[in-house]
Amino acid sequence: MEKKKTVNLDMKQYGMVLVLIAVFLIFSALTKGSNLSPMNINNLIMQNGYVVILAVGMLLCVLTGNIDLGVGSIVAVSSAFVGILMIDYKANMWIAIIVALAVGLLSGVFVGFFVAKLEIPPFIVTLATMLMGRGLTYTVLQAQTKGPLPTNYTYIGAGFLPTIKIPFGSGELDMISIIVGVVAAVLIVLSEIKNEKTKQKYGFALNPVWQTVAKLVVIIAIEFFVFYKLAKYNGIPFQLLIMGVLVAVYHFITSKTVAGRQIYALGGNAKAAKLSGINTQKVFFWVYTNMGILSAVAGIVLCARNGSSIPKAGDGFEMDAIASCYIGGAATAGGVGTIIGAVVGAFIMGILNNGMSLYGWSTDIQKIVKGAVLLGAVTVDLLSKRKKG
Amino acid sequence: MSDYILEMNHITKEFSGVKALDDVNLKVKRGEIHALCGENGAGKSTLMNVLSGVYPYGTYSGDIVYKGETCQFHNIKASETKGIVIIHQELALSPYMSIAENVFLGNEQTSVKGVIDWTTTRSRAHEMLEKVGLGSENVNVPVNSLGVGKQQLIEIAKAMAKKVELLILDEPTAALNDEESKHLLEIMLELKKQGITCIIISHKLNEISYVADAITVIRDGKTIETLIKGQDDFSEDRIIKGMVGRELTNRYPAREGVTIGDTIFEVNNWNVFHPDDIDRQIISDVNFHVKAGEVVGFAGLMGAGRTELAMSIFGKSYGQKISGQIKINGKEVHIKSVKDAIDNKLAYVSEDRKQYGLVLIDSIKGNMTMAAMRNFFSKNGIVNDNDEIIAAEEYKKKINVKANSIDQKVGSLSGGNQQKVVLAKWMLTQPDVLILDEPTRGIDVGAKYEIYCVINELAKAGKAVIVISSEMPEVIGTCDRVYVINEGKIAGELDKSELSQEGIMQCIMAHNRKDE
Repeated sequence: MEKKKTVNLDMKQYGMVLVLIAVFLIFSALTKGSNLSPMNINNLIMQNGYVVILAVGMLLCVLTGNIDLGVGSIVAVSSAFVGILMIDYKANMWIAIIVALAVGLLSGVFVGFFVAKLEIPPFIVTLATMLMGRGLTYTVLQAQTKGPLPTNYTYIGAGFLPTIKIPFGSGELDMISIIVGVVAAVLIVLSEIKNEKTKQKYGFALNPVWQTVAKLVVIIAIEFFVFYKLAKYNGIPFQLLIMGVLVAVYHFITSKTVAGRQIYALGGNAKAAKLSGINTQKVFFWVYTNMGILSAVAGIVLCARNGSSIPKAGDGFEMDAIASCYIGGAATAGGVGTIIGAVVGAFIMGILNNGMSLYGWSTDIQKIVKGAVLLGAVTVDLLSKRKKG
Repeated sequence: MSDYILEMNHITKEFSGVKALDDVNLKVKRGEIHALCGENGAGKSTLMNVLSGVYPYGTYSGDIVYKGETCQFHNIKASETKGIVIIHQELALSPYMSIAENVFLGNEQTSVKGVIDWTTTRSRAHEMLEKVGLGSENVNVPVNSLGVGKQQLIEIAKAMAKKVELLILDEPTAALNDEESKHLLEIMLELKKQGITCIIISHKLNEISYVADAITVIRDGKTIETLIKGQDDFSEDRIIKGMVGRELTNRYPAREGVTIGDTIFEVNNWNVFHPDDIDRQIISDVNFHVKAGEVVGFAGLMGAGRTELAMSIFGKSYGQKISGQIKINGKEVHIKSVKDAIDNKLAYVSEDRKQYGLVLIDSIKGNMTMAAMRNFFSKNGIVNDNDEIIAAEEYKKKINVKANSIDQKVGSLSGGNQQKVVLAKWMLTQPDVLILDEPTRGIDVGAKYEIYCVINELAKAGKAVIVISSEMPEVIGTCDRVYVINEGKIAGELDKSELSQEGIMQCIMAHNRKDE
């Protein structure tokens, strides 16, 4: 009989998921379960949509070994354009969205040009766009809030997908959410089976069965828990759809495409990447252009959720996005990190924020805790690597 | 027997259960030059790190007797106070600081506590430089304005400033050309006269047999033997026998069954100018050609322009205002980027694998498929994971990369295995022409042999191979034909029958004279 090769699951990859669960459980104990309520789960998703969208783009910047400081300001500029167009010019919603995306694209191209073509350090270029973007927002808005935005637009940030409600216990349950939840669970299992089959076919090392099963159980439990809670509330938020699509697309890009590989290679060793036929300037240009577009998407979602465009919008978002990437295991030197990690990082931050608010801690205290968590996560990560190496 | 300055007895050092050093003994006489030989990973550097306190007392077993007393060094500072200074392979100089500042780096000359006395610093720096034969250098210029060879001497001056009695040099000549190496060895002999004891680690066996009084050979973490000048055979073959445990009768495997075909690579009237200085011509009017199945060498001194020539051909990766013609398989091609070069079946294995060849934090697999990704491991921009794994496994076996799996990080491999990964990376692009720049630098004899075997395989497969090497025996041993390059020009062309070290040197000298 042929000897079967097995390798243990790389726990580091899943460690952050366990941290996420732990943080969530700690706060449900502290708040006597109020963070478990359907409404709160819904809020967690709606409040963190923008961070997830930004973290996805930021991860690409972080992979190159850099960051983008300007995203918060680009969020503000793009949402300002939405407000002005829809309130002052009574423009069609689609025109407002297209203009906002164009603003994001342009600012991304602007950063990309300086970073890639002129080789100015991204830290400097984006520090400049951060200041310029904020100033521009205050200028075009004349430091005033534009609102309220019409409901057909606010649907993007505050609306829900259609529901089919049936009576359930003391309340109602949305069947669409349940169906989506079940379908997602089935897809996860199927993709895992397919994965294992290919591994078997080529005779690669497999994970022990119990580990694979445990992994699937945890992932599906989290996934189904969320959809169940959403079903008990108003169904699936439209924001979740946007997030889901973006996360799926960028996960695919980073893990399965040549473009994704080139970003990792550039971050790992730019000189070697260049001598391997990778156009590093082009990679830089697209990474930063992409960040501009995603900032605009976050801006569109944010002002839709707020129902208005405010000059202070997006203040400090760049730091949340950067922190999400690092908490999610990305390396400051570049070349290491995953989209899923960044998303998990974003939700760890979100659960912390949310839990502390429910517990009644002020935003000042929250900042202290968030800072400590970032420092702690990266310290543990680096120390564990050092021990190994 | 009290004339031993250093005795290391029964040193054993483990790394997570693996014995890197196993009962090693080393005895060094006062005032001698003692060489430490062994293949990569044999434990030479580990032993020196134990001695200098990089691995503190307690993390190893065995004892160190230095100048008659048993020492327990807890850090490098402790060993330096006793007069033991180690100079690592990588230079520890701060590039933008002046020579004087570097000589006293970490050992500043102060008047009042913490305040630097510049007059003393400069005058004493000058004294130290004189001892290493750099008396004519201005101590106020930044150290990076000197060449690598002189920077290496600055390191020695730095050690002298610390009142060194036992100087350890780890691969001091690895980055130096023959002339610079020679100078460094003379300085070592000079230091010996001043009563300084030296331990030298080097792969260049000819240098060792020239300079050393005693040689200790280490293999697989154990001391094999100590050879004494005057008593034992000091020839290179004898040392290699100790290092590899068998007679390596032929260091260059014979190439058999190769039929040399038509010219498939041709470069005509190639001119390149310096990337920062458009008036400075680096390569002038170079013409050469390589036939299918032929191995052609580029010989020359360091700085002759061989790497610059190769990189400028390889997708204009070096220089500006590049002109000339490249023909592959008889057709003229225009190569504007590395991508074009790869698409035209040209490959360049760079000189410095860590800086230019590998992503050290990535896996063997990721590195191997990096250059071929676009053409062979993807479809419509989407990576084919399975093909990637199969190819990486195949090449790991084919060229014998020693690693647990293809997912192992390249940074954790030895130099020889890293070099094999870089070779595999370029073989996977399925090139017709391969340029190998210093393919065996800093790797041990066994791994070198394996690399030569790969070169033979490539020739047998009908590829055109260009080998750039600073080690003349290597050029002579592996090439069918050699172009001697000097000051950016082809100084001569030598056939297999005319190949010898003297021949190459004469060619360079004659070319230099003609220029004057």
